[in-house]
This record gives sequence, C-alpha cells and structure tokens, in this order.
Amino acid sequence: MGETEEKTKPEPAGSGSHVPGSFQQILKLTRAQFQEYLASRRFVILLGIVAMIGLIITAVVGAFHDRAFLHALVSSPLAFYGSFWGGAASFVIVLSAVFFGGDAIAGEFQNKTGYFLMGLPIRRTTIYVGKYIAALLASICVLFVFFLIILANGVYYFGGDALPWQFGPSLLLSIIYLVAVLSTTFLFSSLFKTSAYGFVLTAILFIIGFSLLQDVVQSILDYQPWMVISYASSAIGGVFGTATDPCTGAVINTINWGLNGIYGIPGGPAARAGCPATGGPREALLSGPTWTPGIAEAVVIMVGYFVITSIVGLLSFEREEFA
Amino acid sequence: MTHPSIECVQLTKNFGTFTALSRLDLKLEGAKCVGFLGPNGAGKTTALKMLTDMIFPSSGECFINGINVREERKKALAEAGVLIESPEIYPSLTPRQALEMVCDLRGVPQNLRRDRIEEVLSEVKMQDWVDKRFGKFSKGMKQRINIAAALVHDPGVVILDEPATGLDPRGMAEVRDIVRGLKRRNRLIFMSSHILQEVTDVCDEVALIDKGKLLFYDTLSNVTSKFADGAPTIDVGLSRPLGDESTLKQVEGLTGVTSCVLLEPKRLRLKFKGGPSAQEQLLASLVELKIGVITLSEPESALEEIYLKQISKGD
Repeated sequence: MGETEEKTKPEPAGSGSHVPGSFQQILKLTRAQFQEYLASRRFVILLGIVAMIGLIITAVVGAFHDRAFLHALVSSPLAFYGSFWGGAASFVIVLSAVFFGGDAIAGEFQNKTGYFLMGLPIRRTTIYVGKYIAALLASICVLFVFFLIILANGVYYFGGDALPWQFGPSLLLSIIYLVAVLSTTFLFSSLFKTSAYGFVLTAILFIIGFSLLQDVVQSILDYQPWMVISYASSAIGGVFGTATDPCTGAVINTINWGLNGIYGIPGGPAARAGCPATGGPREALLSGPTWTPGIAEAVVIMVGYFVITSIVGLLSFEREEFA
Repeated sequence: MTHPSIECVQLTKNFGTFTALSRLDLKLEGAKCVGFLGPNGAGKTTALKMLTDMIFPSSGECFINGINVREERKKALAEAGVLIESPEIYPSLTPRQALEMVCDLRGVPQNLRRDRIEEVLSEVKMQDWVDKRFGKFSKGMKQRINIAAALVHDPGVVILDEPATGLDPRGMAEVRDIVRGLKRRNRLIFMSSHILQEVTDVCDEVALIDKGKLLFYDTLSNVTSKFADGAPTIDVGLSRPLGDESTLKQVEGLTGVTSCVLLEPKRLRLKFKGGPSAQEQLLASLVELKIGVITLSEPESALEEIYLKQISKGD
C-alpha cells in the first residue's frame, strides 16, 4: 500500500454548516445569477439593441412628427404612448426573454455550469426558480431602459404633466406579459440540452411563430386566438385605447376591461367607412378581421401561460438527466 | 461521530437498450480512500452521477451516510463534497465569489467562511488568483477551483470524478497531497481515476468495473497479492549494480522466493510465497546478503498488470 497513515483524532466534518431552506437558497442563487447576467456580454448587447430601437423611434418621431402619417400618433399623449410604448414594449419583452431565457436551462447542460450547481445540496426546483427570477430581473432592467427612452420622448413633446394614468396599467401588463413569455422560454429551454436549440426555437416562436399562428387562427380559421400569447400582448397598447370617432372626430375611450375579446380593431377601415345609426361608440369604431383582447382576458391568458409553462418546465427539469 | 458511508444497492442504469451499469453493490464505510477504476465507458461516471442524483437509476438505490440520494437529495448531499465531469463556473465570477456562493448555498457559517475559502484556495494553490475572473482561467486552474468548491465546507464524504483531469504533473501531485490530507482528517473519499499511479499512491482500496459490472472491490494489497499470479511481487532497489550471475542465484535461493528478475542493474523484481511475515524475513535476508538494498516497494506496474488482465478477461 505504500503509505504509512498518520491517524489523528477524528475531526467532525462540515465546519458547522447548516444547509439553508429552499427559499433562502432561491434568493442566494437569484442574486448570484442576476450578477452573472448583468456582467454578461448578452446584457450589454441587448441594452445596445434596445437603445437602438429607442434611438430609431426618437429619430423618426423627431424628423417626421409634422407629417400626416405620424401626426395622429403625436397628436396626444395617449396616442403617443399607446403607439410607441404599446407597440414596441412587447417586442423588447420578447427579445429580453429570448436573450435571458432561451438557453437558461439548456446552457446549464451544454456549458457544464449545471454540474457545478448539481453537486450542491440544492433542489432542482430551486435552481430553476432562482434562474427564472434572475432572468426576470435582468429583463425588467432592460424594459426599464426602454421605458425611460419612451418617457423622455413623451416628456419632450408633451411635458412632464402629460403622462397618462394608463401608463401604470400598461407597465403592469407588460411585466405580466414578460413573466409569461419568460416562463414559456424557460419551458422550451428545459426541453433541450443544447443552447442553440433553446435559443433559436424561442426566438423563432416568439418573433415569427406566435404572430403567424395568431393570424392563421383569426384570419383563416376565423376564430378568436385566445390560446396565442402574442394575442394577449396587444393589451399593453390596448390599455391606452383611444380612437378618433370617424363620424364626429371626437377622441373616444375604447378600453375594454372585460374578459371577452372584441372582433375588430378600434378605428379600423370598416369603422371609417360609415357611421352606424345605432350601437355604442366602441362598437362603431371596430373593424375586422382581427380580434382585440379585453384587458382581463389578456391577463388571464398571460397568467395561464405562466402557470402551465412553469409547471411543465419544472417537471421537465426535475426529470432531466445530466448524462 | 458516525462513520461516513457510501452505499450502492443493485444500482443499475440503462440508456435505452444499453446497460451502462448493472446491479452494482458497493458499500464503502469509514475513513479511507477508495479508487474507482475502469476503462472508458465502464460505468464509473454513470455510477458517480447516480450517487449525486445527476442521473437517475433504472433500478436500485444509493445512499450517502445512510440517506437515500434520490429521495432526499438535499439532505444526502449536505455532507458530501462533489466533483463530477469538470464543471464550468460562470465566467464573470471570481474564485472568491464562486466559493462564497457555494458557502451561501451550503450554509457555511459566516464567521468561518473567510478562513475556509482562504484555506482551500491555498490547498489548491490558487490564492494568487482569488479575485480574477474565471473567463481567463485555463482548464487546470478551473479544475483546481472545482476541487476547492468540493472541499470548502469540509465534507465528511468526498466524491471525485477524475480530479486530476486537465492538471499538469505538479497539479496531479498536489491533488494526491490533498487526498492524503483528507485521509488524515478521517474523510471517506471515493475517487474515479484513469491514473493507476495516483490510485496506487493514495488509495487504500480499489473497485474495478468494466462494462457496467463490478469485477472486484478489495484493499489494494489484497488485490495485488490475489490477482498477481497468486504470488506477491516486490521491487528491490540497490545502491550499486548487482554484480555477477552468482549473486542473482543467491537471491533466487532465499527462502520463499519463487522468481527473481534483474530489471535494471540496480533493480530486482522478486516474487515470493507467504504473507507479511515472509516479506519481513525476505527483507532481512536481502540485507544480510550485503548487496546494497536501499528500497523495497510494490512494483509500480502491479496494479496496471492486474487492471489489464482483468479488463482483457471481459473482452
């Protein structure tokens, strides 16, 4: 055996360690993972993309705000925030979710960072949730930067006092949408062991796939696309819901807080074609062939996506082997 | 203090129709170092991954300190230090941050953390790199930090999957020193390795598997005497060349010696009958011959011979 062992008095192992509860571990893992995201190259790249989007909006509005095609959008704070925040926030959210969630779980396998965590006394659920919260916080940071850019533009054109109250609910909706989109990207990421697959699949799904599906369901199948998450995202802009009455020229509130979507778009071409003698002003301003979700309906869809994809994603990760 | 233990009961893993590990029964208990040997694809890493709940058994169970790993992963791994598959650490972290995260997640008391982190970093000779980011580290440097991460909470059970991977010869020697240190502190170490010299140097026992099946598990000395043609073998180092043929005959004629081969002018290989007392007698007789005996050791290649013999039986 070669070696003469010098046996000493047994020392207790463990340095008095006491493994923290899962909630504490989630917080600790979230903090570490969030710092990792903030220091990562992808965070800088994403901030660059968002800044670019903001700059393009600023430049286009600055250069063409007196032209007819943009004039309506900058005619009131509601129209401005509804168009530029409501229109672009969901895209920023999807980008963030793809950047931070697309390979969040798959990357643990491919980059072998998962082996570092899996050797620790920590539940798989804790790892999943910790990474999810960290990705959510990083995405919120990016969204906040975009919010500041839009806000700066709005304040420049309309002043600080003109911030509409609808911005509050819209921000809230955008956070809920982010929560749902991110949990969906985490689910897809948990199905793969290769970062590229998770990243590409989520990117294709959210940038093209869901929009295409929404169009197919509502335009070809002529069915309300309540099962498509991108459909719910239009509530982020819909909460600013105003349209100009084609008959009277008055700005009319078109917000639908309800659980039922409406067939049509406020102020669409069919609405402009004629002034109906009967019916409420909201209905008068709607035109097909697309659906507009009610705010409560959109929240239900987003929460539904979050709950279902979180459960399936967690179950998938619980069963995933680091083979 | 309860004895640290690792136990596999009928542990089996199938990947589709391929059986990576078949009914492994292994019980390791007490303070010692057990080498886990086997060729590539033998099932070593598969077994270690099941022991740490990274993959799941098709059937059978495994326990660390009597706790079922699959049912209570968190509790089972609380007292274990684990290094499997040379993990990567988040590139933006520094060794200090990574080890603090490990301490955080393992619940190492705040007042001990600083000292423990400095202690393990010094043990793996990485104290000068404590605040540099991992992104700039070589494979060997990362592996040193992985070893530190497995030991920072001073575990009672240490599971190491080829810990010397990526290390230079000096690093390998340092790993051996670390394992010896753990043995002195009465820890149970279960270590897979391809490096037979490493196993011979630091392990008390060896388990050999091939094609998913355990071929043997015994103490290193038992294995060497049991499988090496039934006769113990020793190498004798000399301070001067042996001389003529008659001296060699004299050695061959010593009691218990069954064969004698001159490997080099200053090195003999002897096979002899009997146990430790016969070996003691043989040493005394060799000294009496005044041929300049300066060392008496188990041949470095003994384990290798046994390893190759046992593995080729399965082919």
